[in-house]
Amino acid sequence: MNIKVLFFAGLREALGVGSESLALPAGVGTVGVLRDHLAARGEPWSALATTKNLRAAVNQQMVGPDAAVKPGDEVAFFPPVTGG
Amino acid sequence: MSVSVQEADFDAGAEIAALSAGRDDVGAVASFVGLVRADKSSDAAAVQAMTLEHYPGMTEKALDAIVAEARGRWDIFGARVIHRVGRLLPGDRIVLVAVVSAHRGEAFAACEFIMDYLKTRAPFWKKEETTDGGRWVDARETDDHAAGRWQTGKD
Repeated sequence: MNIKVLFFAGLREALGVGSESLALPAGVGTVGVLRDHLAARGEPWSALATTKNLRAAVNQQMVGPDAAVKPGDEVAFFPPVTGG
Repeated sequence: MSVSVQEADFDAGAEIAALSAGRDDVGAVASFVGLVRADKSSDAAAVQAMTLEHYPGMTEKALDAIVAEARGRWDIFGARVIHRVGRLLPGDRIVLVAVVSAHRGEAFAACEFIMDYLKTRAPFWKKEETTDGGRWVDARETDDHAAGRWQTGKD
């Protein structure tokens, strides 16, 4: 089962994509490792490594880099929020 | 419904009236309305418009969770949160938070709490259109500080 990965705001613009579906790569079990895996794809994906204070959510709950990712999850990466 | 994310404008007066309609135990309504400001600082290019992006699904869950936490912390009867998305112009309303309770202390505190948490926990992002082009608004440390004031113990 694939995972769905979403990107928002300035990160979405930098990557040129808002979402993608992919098979959970071997050895990727946490949000932080998934971020490193995607950032290693080369330009423009390094934006995942360079975005300041990057935030993440798993299944629409804000989480830290150690949060687990498993097949079927929805994972989102985004800059700090600026609503209100 | 206590939480709405919508493109349409809202009528703050009507929303506030609806919170206390048909009940005689409400002694206090505290509300906050946020507006689009034309400019942020003297050295910034003038803001001509602003577009609010959000994370559909998570946004509503995050706002519901913030309201639920407020209800757990203070003795309030109800709350209404409306946050607009899409393109807005200076002077437009962005956000409404209104809280009803028996006494003003609970209403004031819960209203400010909801607003502070919304600014740091609800997945909205502002992009400003200025005379120099588009720019994403940076998160402010003062917002983290404002939200942090409400933390008790390790929560």
